[in-house]
Amino acid sequence: MMQDAQPSGSRDPLLKVENLVVEYAIGGKTIHAVSDVSLQVARGETLGLVGESGCGKSTLGRAVLQLRQAVSGRVLFDGHDLTAMQGDALRRMRQRVQLIFQDPIASLNPRRRIGDIIAEPLVISGVKDPKKRQQLVCDVLSAVGLDPSLVIGRLPHEFSGGQCQRICIARALVLNPEFIICDEPVSALDVSIRAQILNLLEEMKARYGLTLLFIAHDLAVVKAVSDRVAVMYLGRLCEVGPSEQLFARPAHPYTALLIEAIPVPDPDVRPAESVPVGEPASPISPPSGCRFRTRCPRADQRCIDEVPELRPVAPDQFAACHHPLIAAG
Amino acid sequence: MSEPALLSVEGVAVDLPTPRGNLRAVDHVDLKVGAGRTLGVVGESGCGKTMLSRAILQLLPKKAKLSGRVMFDGQDLVGLAPERLRKLRGRSLAVVFQDPMTSLNPVLTIGTQLIETLQEHLELDGHAAKQRSIELLAAVGIPAPEQRLMQYPHQLSGGMRQRVAIAIALSCEPKLLIADEPTTALDVTIQAQILDLLAREQRRRHMAMILITHDLGVVAGRTDEVAVMYAGRVVERAPTPALFKQMRMPYTEALLAAIPKIDAAPHTPLPAISGRPPDPTRPIQGCSFSPRCRYAAGQCYQEKPLLAVSESLDHQYACFHPIQTTAGVDA
Repeated sequence: MMQDAQPSGSRDPLLKVENLVVEYAIGGKTIHAVSDVSLQVARGETLGLVGESGCGKSTLGRAVLQLRQAVSGRVLFDGHDLTAMQGDALRRMRQRVQLIFQDPIASLNPRRRIGDIIAEPLVISGVKDPKKRQQLVCDVLSAVGLDPSLVIGRLPHEFSGGQCQRICIARALVLNPEFIICDEPVSALDVSIRAQILNLLEEMKARYGLTLLFIAHDLAVVKAVSDRVAVMYLGRLCEVGPSEQLFARPAHPYTALLIEAIPVPDPDVRPAESVPVGEPASPISPPSGCRFRTRCPRADQRCIDEVPELRPVAPDQFAACHHPLIAAG
Repeated sequence: MSEPALLSVEGVAVDLPTPRGNLRAVDHVDLKVGAGRTLGVVGESGCGKTMLSRAILQLLPKKAKLSGRVMFDGQDLVGLAPERLRKLRGRSLAVVFQDPMTSLNPVLTIGTQLIETLQEHLELDGHAAKQRSIELLAAVGIPAPEQRLMQYPHQLSGGMRQRVAIAIALSCEPKLLIADEPTTALDVTIQAQILDLLAREQRRRHMAMILITHDLGVVAGRTDEVAVMYAGRVVERAPTPALFKQMRMPYTEALLAAIPKIDAAPHTPLPAISGRPPDPTRPIQGCSFSPRCRYAAGQCYQEKPLLAVSESLDHQYACFHPIQTTAGVDA
C-alpha cells in the first residue's frame, strides 16, 4: 500500500527505502529515530530531506548506507537490498554511494595531507597503481575548483571551511559514485561561501551524472537544489512532493509552519507574529497518532487515535495528515 | 542625529596579537544606538561583529588592545574600573550569546542562576527574587515556570535554554541588550519564536537592542537600522527600509543575492561571491572587498574608501563605485 503511495514510482528508482525503522537505546530508553519511512529517489534526481534537528533525517541518511542498523525495513539500491548485505559485498556497494558531512573541517583527518585523504578511498577500493591514483586525485581536485599542485601536500588546517568542503566533495567524487548523501553540507558555511558550494554541487551533479539525497534544515537551501522535497517530523515523513508545488501549496500544517518561519530579507514583509506552537516532542515518547499533533492548530481526536498515512493530495504530492491544507482532487 | 544616543561607539579599534602577527579585528568603527531603538549588525564569520560586541561590553580577551571610546549612558566604558563595569553589566547592559548551553552554568539550577543575578544587582531578598524569577520565566514563554526553577540547563531543549538566557538578560531591566547571533544554534521554527520574543520585550521595555547576525533576512523585519561589517569595518550603514530599498555597497548587495530565495525556481544558479574574506593578519591596500568585487577598478586597489555620508544623511557607505539607483542618479 505504501508502495502505491510513492511518487515517481514509474520512473527508474535508484534508491528505494521501504518501511524503514531505526531505533537506538540511550540510558535504557529507546529513541524512535526513524519510524516506518518509505521513499524513493529516481536516477538523476535530487531529493531534499528537511526537518528540524532531532527529526531523524541524518539517521535516515546513515541508515541508507548501513552505518546505522535498521530494526526493520529494506533499503534497495539499484535493486540490491543493502540491509541483507555484509562484508565485501556491502563494501563494494558503498563505493557507489558516498556521504558528505556538515562539518567539513572535522570530517578531514587533521594530520594527513590532502592528497592522501582524497586517495584513501582509491586505496581501499583497490586502485594499486600510485600514478593512476595521483592522476585521479588531481582530476577531481581540479573539478571542484582547487589547484592540485597547491593543495595536495598541505594539511586541512591550512584551508578555510569552504575549501575544506570542496576537499570533502572531491573525496566523495573520487570513486566516481552514482549516489551522494549530502548531510547538511552547507550549514556550517557563511552565506557567501554557501552559494559557491551549492553551485558546485549542482555542477558536479551534472558532470558526474549523480543522484543526490540532500539533507538540510534550511528550506530555501533545499529548494534551491532539489527536484522533490520530503519533510520529516519526529521520525516520520509528513509530506513529499515536487519542490515548487510543495512550497506554493503545502498540504501538511508542519510544512506550512516551516515555510512561514523562514526570515524574508525584505523589511516590507513584516514577520507574521509566530503562533506559539511550542517545540518538538521527544523522540523517546513520541505522541500517539500523528506525531505533529501537539503543535498542530488543526489537531483533533482523530489525530490522537490514528496514525495518518501518506496519501495523495495533488499530482505527485503526498501528505500524512488527517486534515490537509489542500484537499485531494 | 542630534538626539543623545544611549550608546555611542567612537573610533573603536581592536587589535589581537597572534603568532602570525597583529590581527586587526575591528577597524575604526563608529556606531550609535538610541534608547528604544534596534540596530542590526550583519556580517560573515570573522568580520569582527562579535569582537565589536565584546569591545562594547569590555569583555575582550586579555591580550587584546582597544582604542577609541565607548560612551554608554553618559560615561566612557573604556578604562572604567572593573568594579563599576561589573555593576553595569547584567544591570543596564545585558547580553544574550549564541549558544545557551555554554552561556548557562551547567551545574547550577535555572533558579539559582536567575536569583543570583537578581540578588546581586537589585538587592532583592530571597523570596522576592524567587517570585520575580517565576514572573520572568513566564514572560519569556516558559511553561510551568515554578518547576523549571529546580531544573538544570541540560534538562531543557535548546529553545527553552535560550529563553532562560533571555530571562536572565532581561531580569534587571537593562537599557541596552546585545543579542549576539541569538538564534543561530536554533531551528527555524524556534528562531522565529525567539526573535518575536526579543522584539516584544524590546518594545515593552523601551530597551535599546543590538542584534548581531550573519543573516540579512533576520534583520530585515526587526531592526530600525542596519550596519554591514566586512573585514573589521562598517562598510554600509542605513535605516533598514532605506538599505533594503537601495543597497549602495556592492558587498551588501552580493550578500543578499547569495541567499537562496524561497520563491526562486529549483536549480537556479546562485550569484555567489567569488573568493573569500581577506586574511585579517594581512591588511589589504585599498578597499578590503576589492579582490571579490565585480565593480572594482583602479582606485579601489590603492585607497581605502571611507564610510561617507551619501545623498541622504543617514545612509552611509564605504565605496568608490556605489551601486546606482534604478533611476540613474538620486534626485
